[in-house]
Amino acid sequence: MTETEQQAPAQVRRFRITRRRHGAARPRVDEFNVAVGPETTLLDALREIRSHQDRSLTLRYSCCHASCGTCGMRANGREVLACVTPLASLGRGPIAVEPLANARVEHDLVVDMRDLYESLEPTGRPLIRQDEQLAGRGAPAPAFARYEDCIECGLCVSACPITGSDPLYPGPAALAAAWRTVAEPRGADPLRVLAWADDEQGCWRCHASFECTEVCPSGVDPAGAVLALRRELTRRKLGQLTRRGRHRR
Amino acid sequence: MTSHAHVVIIGGGATGAGVAHDLALRGLRVTLLERGELTSGTTGRHHGLLHSGGRYAVGDQESAVECIRENQILRRIAPGSFEENGGLFVALTDEDMDYLNPFLNACEACGIPATVHRAEAARQMEPGLNPEVKAAVEVPDATVDPMRLVLRFFATARRNGADLRTFTEVTGLACTARTVSGVLARDLVTERDYEIAADLVVNAAGPWSGQIGQMAGVTVPMRLSPGVLLAVRGRFCGRVLNRLHKNADGDIIVPQRGLSVVGTTSWVVDDPDVPPVPADHVARMYTEGCKLVPAIAAAERRSAWSAVRPLVGGGAASTGRELSRTFQCFDHKQTEGVEGLVTITGGKATTLRAMAETAADVVCAKLGLDATCRTAGTILAPHGAYFTERGERYDRD
Repeated sequence: MTETEQQAPAQVRRFRITRRRHGAARPRVDEFNVAVGPETTLLDALREIRSHQDRSLTLRYSCCHASCGTCGMRANGREVLACVTPLASLGRGPIAVEPLANARVEHDLVVDMRDLYESLEPTGRPLIRQDEQLAGRGAPAPAFARYEDCIECGLCVSACPITGSDPLYPGPAALAAAWRTVAEPRGADPLRVLAWADDEQGCWRCHASFECTEVCPSGVDPAGAVLALRRELTRRKLGQLTRRGRHRR
Repeated sequence: MTSHAHVVIIGGGATGAGVAHDLALRGLRVTLLERGELTSGTTGRHHGLLHSGGRYAVGDQESAVECIRENQILRRIAPGSFEENGGLFVALTDEDMDYLNPFLNACEACGIPATVHRAEAARQMEPGLNPEVKAAVEVPDATVDPMRLVLRFFATARRNGADLRTFTEVTGLACTARTVSGVLARDLVTERDYEIAADLVVNAAGPWSGQIGQMAGVTVPMRLSPGVLLAVRGRFCGRVLNRLHKNADGDIIVPQRGLSVVGTTSWVVDDPDVPPVPADHVARMYTEGCKLVPAIAAAERRSAWSAVRPLVGGGAASTGRELSRTFQCFDHKQTEGVEGLVTITGGKATTLRAMAETAADVVCAKLGLDATCRTAGTILAPHGAYFTERGERYDRD
């Protein structure tokens, strides 16, 4: 807890945590009270519970600043990264904490990330890579070459209304990654990735509800990427038609 | 070479990752225990800086030499994990300029490539820099994703047979007649307690190493030194920016994706769990950070947190800055006559591979195994392999 928090009068917040315990048929809801300060984050509170109330509470976290993407969960029904979610932003009542949706729950707030990582494989995985090729492209400063913004947290997949109902849909994270490869191939084959995305279960399946873009903690805009893929595919198809037309004449 | 010797490693941070990978590659049977998710302690919370060694060149040559050597090795074995952005040590005052020549001499002595840029060139390279800049020295610093680099070590270790058990807390060490023969563990998922027999236990618990040592009645001479870091929204520089002066608070800015991370402070605590984030330290990150890059002053705070450095040393260190960032491996048979337990601590994320090599050499010597380290020449698996190649262990039948 910070010094400011120690000085401020402590407030007690109530947490209702949905937990899937080993061997249990159904998840259960456990309640905890935690004394919090004005700047306490959801992650601070959960670590406090783990340290002082229930050591068996399992959750993932690592960087504490929205860079690693491990502490994704739902708070009051909304996808968040716990480390950058102040409790003050979660209303005044009890806080319902649940694991991410559209993912297999391993235990408590821990979900299996395998599906997300596998969904990224066909996209050329442009997420983390060296930026040497970006440097010297003549981009004027300060448009710096840098890491990709996606932090592989799965919030967009959890929030996506299509992913929940269609297991064949690759999901917003994978389609956002695909668009990065098409927009900036850096040695990858954009045609292969475009062909992969060009499927009725692919980028055409999205209903453009923009939930993914709303919850993305990193400003990736997966919905915008899906629309960009559609534009690019349409442009190429129209281009082919026009060329064919010219050929006939 | 394959050995049936079984080594249990305690701690799933950078140190444990390095040791698990090194020992698995040498053919040993490895089990690693981590009470939370991997990299949920100090490792995940560091600055995201792949050190060139420049920061330690003047005051801590041993660490500086380790850093530049490991910096070059990591770039080879973990391609794609670094932003090849480089770093600048920036002189803002006449006092900083007095530090320029000692800094350049020290970099040369440590083998750190260093190029001096005049003020005008530095401003062109980094337009966000304080216009008062007098000179800047370019060194091969880089931005690294702390968790993802370390997951590559774990993924590779598992490909070589290592058993990685997360959410498994160490509750004690099995000791008889001043010999550690195993580890008492609690699976936090199944809430079951069990014992694992070990030919040797490696204590790689970072700031918790002292607590693990106590379980065997040994003292690990170390200091817990937290530092506060501040992430602000917006990327205000392309390179890692360091102030060219004697190390102090808030004198590094590391650009990470769309964030800029300003750090850090340094003091000494006793409890490694949930280190405090003092408000005045966060304020100092703003006041010091904006000396390097004025735009930091008005930048939106994304997060402030602290990470506990597990530094080697005892005595009366007051701020932790006076302690070396080098690492040390303790064979507790030699320190206090307790057999079967080795502690590896100190160091930096940048030097994790070298730390592991040192620890694994000690482990193999103790077990009478003749196996050489191969990690410097082994390309690591991608970080995603940690997730995609996982077995069904979490079902924990």
